[in-house]
Amino acid sequence: MRLTDIERAMLAGKLGEPRRWAIEQQMRVGRFFDAKDFVEVTQVHLMADTESLGDSGVRFLEELAAESEAERRVRVPTVTDPRGIDFAAYKRLKQTERMADLERRAIAAFRAMGVMMTDTCINYQTIMPPVRGEHLAFGDTGSTIYVNSVLGARSNFEGGPAALAAALTGRAPRYGYHLPEKRRGTAAFALKTRPQSLSDWGAVGGIIGRKLQSYWQVPVIEGIEEAPTSDELKHFGAALASFGTVALFHMVGVTPEAPDRRRAFGRRAPPRAKPITAADIRAFYGSYGAKGDKLDVVVFSAPQLSLVEMQSLAGLVSGRRIHSGTTLLAATSPEIKAACDRMGFTAAIEGAGGIVASGVCFYQMHAREIGEANGWRRLMSNSAKLVNIIGGYGYEPVLATMERCVDSAVAGKVL
Amino acid sequence: MKPRILHAHPGIGPKVTGVALVAADYFSARYDLDRIKGVFSRPAHKLYGQPYVGRVLVLLGAKGGVATSWMLREMSERGLAPLALLLNTANPIMAQGAAFANLAFLDRFKGDVTAAIRTGETVTVDPVAGTVTLEG
Repeated sequence: MRLTDIERAMLAGKLGEPRRWAIEQQMRVGRFFDAKDFVEVTQVHLMADTESLGDSGVRFLEELAAESEAERRVRVPTVTDPRGIDFAAYKRLKQTERMADLERRAIAAFRAMGVMMTDTCINYQTIMPPVRGEHLAFGDTGSTIYVNSVLGARSNFEGGPAALAAALTGRAPRYGYHLPEKRRGTAAFALKTRPQSLSDWGAVGGIIGRKLQSYWQVPVIEGIEEAPTSDELKHFGAALASFGTVALFHMVGVTPEAPDRRRAFGRRAPPRAKPITAADIRAFYGSYGAKGDKLDVVVFSAPQLSLVEMQSLAGLVSGRRIHSGTTLLAATSPEIKAACDRMGFTAAIEGAGGIVASGVCFYQMHAREIGEANGWRRLMSNSAKLVNIIGGYGYEPVLATMERCVDSAVAGKVL
Repeated sequence: MKPRILHAHPGIGPKVTGVALVAADYFSARYDLDRIKGVFSRPAHKLYGQPYVGRVLVLLGAKGGVATSWMLREMSERGLAPLALLLNTANPIMAQGAAFANLAFLDRFKGDVTAAIRTGETVTVDPVAGTVTLEG
């Protein structure tokens, strides 16, 4: 890879051990993907929940944080993805002191490096939405696909150590979705029905994701007659990225790099569009269904809920009581949680017997251990992303609309 | 029998020799594994219930989220990692995780690597050369 003077200085260790480690890590990845050089980034979004980090990852962070302040501080604004513990809720959820201790150590290390603990995967809705053409190092699949597709910014999936390295160097290897020629459509889908709910949009993302299964494919979606909302695109993108490891989509007439079909594909001849029908959506729900079963836990998370989703949930549970055998959990960002406290949404949800967790996301909360500790197996959610992930943690997931999830939580069984 | 050599793009990590575990399916450490017991735990995965520790995992590609980038190193330090990972097509997360964990990792084979190697075969993975040698 071609290096600038400052990059050579980092590699030689002249700017400290953290930056030497960081650029060496980035060069190994850059060479793997044939990157010719680096591109400077303006924001980093860092995924580092303690379940993923483990003891070894936290020790690694502590070693970096023990270096001198000049050598350990991040070079660009860096924010965090959801954490594994909400210190106000972890005892109610039967998370352990060991988990909480690991979390405290990770937070202390990040703070020493100058990382801002935003603890959110919806930073593009709540912290600082990127702009078209801005180069980033985003480390959550849902946040990456949203900023690439909906906002026209440029990032690859930068997983935890890669995002941390980008924060320390202020750059990322220039390959993949930093390059305009890689951002053109490669597959086409025609939506033949208008999704009616957030879970419908997640289902459509899941259906397309199942058909792709490669990071390098860029689906173009046609047939959208009315612009979806930010939350609808959030659920669509999160599911598409989860089921298909996809980092970029175009929606003709909606997203900025697809004002029309021709420009979505660039010089490529557009392929024939595969239809997505109402029957496909029903079949997708059918693959995560279990009517009549006792319901252990209802989760609204993945991605964290926006203020608008929290308002919807508060309205649905208001004046009702969650069944004593069922836990209802909603996860949002600290900023949105504060707004919900102020506006009475938290009181409405918790007054009905639910739990509002802040700065966490369910599958990043040591999901296997809390499931075993609480006796949770049958899980219901309106998040297609969550039902895709959570089966591997020993849960039996059901996908449904927010309304049906709430009705089921009140009944204590899957309706 | 003469050894067979498969060619890929140059990869990441050390040269290793081990026994292959193969499936025409995808991979994510978070979605698919019980990283405490060292087995595939996702019921829908073709390797469900199979132990993966110390094996050369041969799969179609990457899937899902970003957690694998941290998890491979943690799994290595606890002695619960695969020996190597071979994919037809990587995503950045697998490469970032392999680089962080110093795990042998290759992709972009000429042809479908899951069809070229069978479970139980002994293979030598050479990331610098970008080759996998199947013992005769």
